[in-house]
Amino acid sequence: MADIDHLREKFLKDIKAARDLAYLNEVKVAALGKKGAVSAELSKLGQMNSDERKEAGQLINSIKQELISALSERQIVLARQALQEKLNTEKIDVSLPSRPSVQAKMHPISRTMEEISAIFSDMGFVIAEGPEIETDENNFTALNIPPEHPARQEHDTFYLQPDEYGERPVLRTHTSPVQIRTMRSTSPPIRIIVPGRTYRSDHDATHSPMFHQCEGLVIGPNIHMGHLKATLIDFCRTFFGLDELPVRFRPSYFPFTEPSAEVDIGCNRDGGGLKIGAGEDWLEILGSGMVNPRVLENCGYDPATTQGFAFGMGVERLAMLKYGIPDLRTFYDTDLRWLHHYGFMPHDVVGLHTGLV
Amino acid sequence: MKFTLNWLGDHLDTNCSLNEICEGLIKLGHEVESVSDPRQNLSNFKIVEIKDVKPHPEADRLQVCTVDENGNLLQIICGAPNARIGLKTVLAPVGTYVPGIDIVIKKSIIRGQESNGMLCAFSELALDGDSDGIIELAEDAVIGTPYIEYAQLNDPIIEIAITPNRGDCLGVRGIARDLSAANIGKLRPLDTTECKGVFKSPINWHLAKDCEAIVPRVTGRYFRNVSNRNCPAWMAKRLIAVGQRPISALVDITNYIMIDLGRPLHAFDADKISGDTLFIRRAEDKEKIVALNDKEYACTPDMLVIGDEDGADDIAGIMGGQRTGINDSTNNLFLEIAVFDPISVATTGRSLNIHSEARYRFERGLDGESPDLLSGYIARFVQQICGGEISYEVSVGKGVDWKRNITFNPESTKKMTGIELPNVEQTNILKNLGFIVRQKQNDSWDVMPPAWRNDVDGQADLVEEIIRIAGYDKLPMVPLPKTSVVAQPAYSNEQLRPIYLRRMLVAAGLTEAITFSFMAQSDALLFDGGGDALKVVNPISSELDCMRPSIIPNLLQALSRNMNRGVKNICLFEIGPVFKGTKETDQMLSCTGVLSGDYHIGDWQNNARAVDVFDAKKIMEQICEVLSISQQSLQIKVPGPDWFHPGQSGTMMLGKADIGSFGMLHPEILDNFDVKVPVAAFDCNVSAVPLSRKKTVARTLLKLSAFQPVERDFAFLLDQNVTAASLLKAVKVAAKNHISDVGIFDIYKGAEIADGKKSIAVKVQLTPDNATFTEVELQKISDDIVKSVENQCSATLRS
Repeated sequence: MADIDHLREKFLKDIKAARDLAYLNEVKVAALGKKGAVSAELSKLGQMNSDERKEAGQLINSIKQELISALSERQIVLARQALQEKLNTEKIDVSLPSRPSVQAKMHPISRTMEEISAIFSDMGFVIAEGPEIETDENNFTALNIPPEHPARQEHDTFYLQPDEYGERPVLRTHTSPVQIRTMRSTSPPIRIIVPGRTYRSDHDATHSPMFHQCEGLVIGPNIHMGHLKATLIDFCRTFFGLDELPVRFRPSYFPFTEPSAEVDIGCNRDGGGLKIGAGEDWLEILGSGMVNPRVLENCGYDPATTQGFAFGMGVERLAMLKYGIPDLRTFYDTDLRWLHHYGFMPHDVVGLHTGLV
Repeated sequence: MKFTLNWLGDHLDTNCSLNEICEGLIKLGHEVESVSDPRQNLSNFKIVEIKDVKPHPEADRLQVCTVDENGNLLQIICGAPNARIGLKTVLAPVGTYVPGIDIVIKKSIIRGQESNGMLCAFSELALDGDSDGIIELAEDAVIGTPYIEYAQLNDPIIEIAITPNRGDCLGVRGIARDLSAANIGKLRPLDTTECKGVFKSPINWHLAKDCEAIVPRVTGRYFRNVSNRNCPAWMAKRLIAVGQRPISALVDITNYIMIDLGRPLHAFDADKISGDTLFIRRAEDKEKIVALNDKEYACTPDMLVIGDEDGADDIAGIMGGQRTGINDSTNNLFLEIAVFDPISVATTGRSLNIHSEARYRFERGLDGESPDLLSGYIARFVQQICGGEISYEVSVGKGVDWKRNITFNPESTKKMTGIELPNVEQTNILKNLGFIVRQKQNDSWDVMPPAWRNDVDGQADLVEEIIRIAGYDKLPMVPLPKTSVVAQPAYSNEQLRPIYLRRMLVAAGLTEAITFSFMAQSDALLFDGGGDALKVVNPISSELDCMRPSIIPNLLQALSRNMNRGVKNICLFEIGPVFKGTKETDQMLSCTGVLSGDYHIGDWQNNARAVDVFDAKKIMEQICEVLSISQQSLQIKVPGPDWFHPGQSGTMMLGKADIGSFGMLHPEILDNFDVKVPVAAFDCNVSAVPLSRKKTVARTLLKLSAFQPVERDFAFLLDQNVTAASLLKAVKVAAKNHISDVGIFDIYKGAEIADGKKSIAVKVQLTPDNATFTEVELQKISDDIVKSVENQCSATLRS
């Protein structure tokens, strides 16, 4: 019995002394392995009488259990210690730069057109489109701009080669021909906006030969200029995110509307910069009016029973004012520095639910 | 249209301030473009007299002046060489802002001597004039008066934009008339009494029969013994203020009357007219006129001209001729006041490309009564300034038929605008504007517009007139009625495609460009375009003279510009129109991009990887996914179009439809755009992709296998020209129901592979559906795969 106590002492001491898992395993084998000390003690039981065997067996087994649990406790400690040492060797300078990537951006025109669409969508408008190479009829004549009309000169039209019938196609000078196309192909009520490319042969600091417009057309029973006013004021205030934005309507002239109104928003030029909102100044932002009865007639509608309003806005101008972009010509330069600065991230969701400012 | 406040005062009797007048103009629809008011900057400058001048004790170039400012003596240091005793000049007193040098004058000590203001040169007042020294005024200038009063500079200049319909406001009087209708003052009367004349005009009109329809009325008068010197100073001042250069009294009078009354005139030197008749007729073909702008114009028979026995010398309503024009020695004048058909004038002006003030007014329509009504006033005006004797009037034409009645229902004002105005108010507004209103039996009215308002021809125009005067601020705010409780989508499924594609591409690392829809024809020709039908007749430059057949050239130019700015890795796309022809269906929506430089940028850890054809292919596949095209339905035809690398490109076919191409661009193309590095491109013709027929938003039921998939690898030896796609297809058909994924993990052409052969290794993932595969089953599947590939691709399994 003294032997076995001695063994117990020895192995507990060895376990405690183990500094790594390999050594601990050796101790385990020496103690509990098939040829280990404890097995050897157990094998001696066969030579004892039953009383001795019972007593010795119990003792050996309890020592065995004690060693097993001491080994496993030590094993956890040493394993953790070993892992810690391994982790220590894996240390990296995490201040090193992560992998390089390029953040791409969406063009501010696309963003602005989506914003316009989101606002008018909420007012029940749908998007209509039309071709950019238009007929003279759709771009001018049907819109009450006959060939000699002085307004034609202000349009600086690009023409294509005449076709076999001598008709000269034009690059649409505004998105208004889609009014004609829509009215000629559908019957009221109509509520559309038409964002798209437009062309005029003008190229200087404030004009680009290609630019974007967004047309609007509402035809329906008893739609009057008061609806026009509310629609456009709501649009301007939502677009700029300013509930109190002053909006002014003043008489103007467009051949395709009568009465016509130009719409200004308030701004402030104090201190050199331009700030949209209440202030001393006004900025012209869109043109509008009641659809001219002649245009309705040209589209086969009866002006005595059908009326509505139309409006048009320059997308670049809206984007410039909202996002503080100073120069029109830069929109088409595809300068990556510019696009990166003024562009938008793909996760910049456009919706009234997320807000537009 | 420019005019001055005093000039407006000739016609408008008003107490309103400049600001109120400008506000009134805007409310009437006349956009105020600029107001320059010298009173703002120059009101402090005063007239003084220099009483004493002494040299400055400390500075050779300066003098110590004592000036008299209305009894108050001030010491001022001045550096001007012309400062001398007795000179009357202009003082900027202490505290005055001096616009020409942008400073405020302070009391100061200059080299030990006190200075209490500044004596000014014209340039310091930001005025034109000799600025070598300080301003020298005449003896009679009164000390102490503000300089702007003395110099009559106290007249603000107003510039307004006149809309094309308001030809009647292209004269100061017309503007005054509009303002008076809005109660901003009263229109002063104009003396339109007849002027009898004292002799018979030696020159007469002859109006050709075939021109009667486009020449409703022309009057003329002969002025004998006029003196054509300088126009009076007051007139010169006004003309200069509105940007006209005074030339000689007669020329200036025609310009002045045009601006004052909106009434263009034409002055002939009567002595230069051959014979006694001015013929108003159509031009001969190629008939030449050297106009007053020194240019020669060849007319055509549709153009209206006026001339004498020697031929035409006036393009009617547009520009006079040199041969019969006025000069300084003109003694006898023949003055034309006409109304021509606006369309005729516009057409002629457009074909000859002459932009003149006269044409501008004629084509916008003149007051039909003006040739007769203003004849007397204008004759007296000429005589007052140039003296001489006035002839009787000579005239031709039946007169302008301007009288017409518009049936107007006053209810329509509310119906069209939502503004409720009592009938009395509506009537008053129309009457104040010069309309004649007559109540009819029923509720409607007969409204006759005045002679000067030829733009008004329908009920809607009258509504506009009424609310223009009543004020647009009276418009109510009425929201549009809701069409549905929750807003319907604004975009159709087709319109959503570019929206989704844009976001996918930006998320994939490509930046969006928007470029012009036209390009140089020579570039378009390289991309199957450049047809003459798509050539712009009047481009702004030859670089932009053809509608684009592809966006690739635009993007290559952008790429090149950015590379020149030092950017190396460039990924750009554009979603926009391309054109095959001029028909509506020839315009296609294209989604196109270019990639260059490193697609994976290198760093301290990983090597860079340059773009290759598979980057472009990957993006095409992603585009297809956005457009709901399954990969299985696509076939790749090689090579892509000519502008691609013949060995590294392909075209994606959806059935028979070519929906786009991808690949490396052809080096010759890159060369053409001065791009020195390889570029991968994709070019999807979105319009060629049919819309997906989404039947329901609900997904099909998801079936998941409960059993673990297993993987098997195979290496096949194939002929060099067998495509990977055919290999993969052969693998897939062998075990359609079990293969859940196939991939190529190695392509090998090493020493042990015979020439003209290659080895491709595929990894096949097999997923069971009912029970784990048995070894027998797996062997059977493997055998099927090998057999299929061997049969279809003439391949052998490598051991």
